[in-house]
Amino acid sequence: MTASPLIGVLALQGDVKEHELALAAVGARTTRVRTEADLAAIDGLVIPGGESTTMSNLAIRLDLIDPLRAASKAGLPMYGSCAGMIMLAARITDARPDQQTIGGLDVTVRRNAFGRQVDSFEIDLDIPAVGSEPFRAVFIRAPLVESVGSAVEVLSILDHGSAADTIVAVRQGVRLATSFHPELTGDTRIHELFVQIVRQH
Amino acid sequence: MAGQDAVTGTSRVKRGMADMLKGGVIMDVVNAEQAKIAEDAGAVAVMALERVPADIRAQGGVARMSDPDMIDDIINAVSVPVMAKARIGHFAEAQILQSLGVDYIDESEVLTPADYANHIDKTLFTVPFVCGATNLGEALRRLTEGAAMIRSKGEAGTGDVSNAVTHMRRIRGDIARLTSMSPDELYVAAKELQATYDLVAEVARIGRLPVVLFTAGGIATPADAAMMMQLGADGVFVGSGIFKSGDPVRRAQAIVQATLNFDNPDVVAKVSRGLGDAMVGINVADIPVAHRLEDRGW
Repeated sequence: MTASPLIGVLALQGDVKEHELALAAVGARTTRVRTEADLAAIDGLVIPGGESTTMSNLAIRLDLIDPLRAASKAGLPMYGSCAGMIMLAARITDARPDQQTIGGLDVTVRRNAFGRQVDSFEIDLDIPAVGSEPFRAVFIRAPLVESVGSAVEVLSILDHGSAADTIVAVRQGVRLATSFHPELTGDTRIHELFVQIVRQH
Repeated sequence: MAGQDAVTGTSRVKRGMADMLKGGVIMDVVNAEQAKIAEDAGAVAVMALERVPADIRAQGGVARMSDPDMIDDIINAVSVPVMAKARIGHFAEAQILQSLGVDYIDESEVLTPADYANHIDKTLFTVPFVCGATNLGEALRRLTEGAAMIRSKGEAGTGDVSNAVTHMRRIRGDIARLTSMSPDELYVAAKELQATYDLVAEVARIGRLPVVLFTAGGIATPADAAMMMQLGADGVFVGSGIFKSGDPVRRAQAIVQATLNFDNPDVVAKVSRGLGDAMVGINVADIPVAHRLEDRGW
């Protein structure tokens, strides 16, 4: 692995730019992924925040869903935030029946688990894998992890009010996912973890 | 969801919601069936309203917030976010829309203004707001009032993209001028823009609005969408352009593809084929001044 890995950001829709800035801040090079050919050169892939219904729709329409699944099976490291977490989930609930995902992450994820936009929130989270400082996490129409397979490592649990014991960050090998949006806060520790995963891969 | 330390309605949560819509198309819909068509076509959100702007123009009368039952129907029909319009200054309509659970409120000049002096104090709401602007000063005044997203106004209901172009170029031009000013000139710039100094200084420093900037008002074809994206829009609102055209399903898909591939003329050319009739347009120049929407908002 080179010192500065090339990370693709899936650029169908969503906060692509914010992920590019966060990745650049931790020393990665970035490129936008919109076609199967774009997948060939990259060392890792970020699936940004956005609308998962739309992202899935566009990935299918652009014949990108199968190449993405193949890349995942071949072991390409992937990180998904919010809609990206939904895209990586093996199983989803509260979605349109025709919504497809890339899969690869052995979790069941519930879309819009906290309610509508008025219920979106920010909060300090403990994520021991990235250090002891609390992580300011922004949840926007966010999904949550309902259940995880045995190979999945839980990185963070939200423990507040009605959302007690909610899993909001997970890792399974080279796959990483968060319900929230570290790309919106300027705290680059999650991106740093992902780039480290890519480097060690 | 309300833990002790969870904070809702923050600027980051409101502006971040708009970030999630970037690169997408937000479509006007008047019922659940249209909302489904829009979602199937790849719309990133839908705007629920009672009449599309072209019909408001044709039928006249006072245009108001939509019937809550209709908004409920649309919320229940789709999984993408649902936006709805309130009249400029009509904070009670906005309160109702927030209570209905819409994901974004458009304080819109397309509806008949309720207040000819004041806009809604959007800082008082948990739900985020998008507002129209024809220039940078107007955009910054809306941000000070709490808007979390801006759209260039254009001239809704016309199918004439010229005002959208004018407004987008003006906003971008105003920003470019600020970035070339020395710090001591920004005080006067703030006065001239009728905007707060802090916001003016921030825009001068970052070279863009601190929120997402969509385009709206007159976009009717894939080429219109591609042009507006190339002019610097983060995404596109399409109103009458889809459901007033000959083949809404194909046109909706085509505008989504053109917005995504705005920098690839081969794709835009391909999706522009076989769309049937575009909406019948009205030249902005033929609209009596009193009926132009761009002057609504202050």
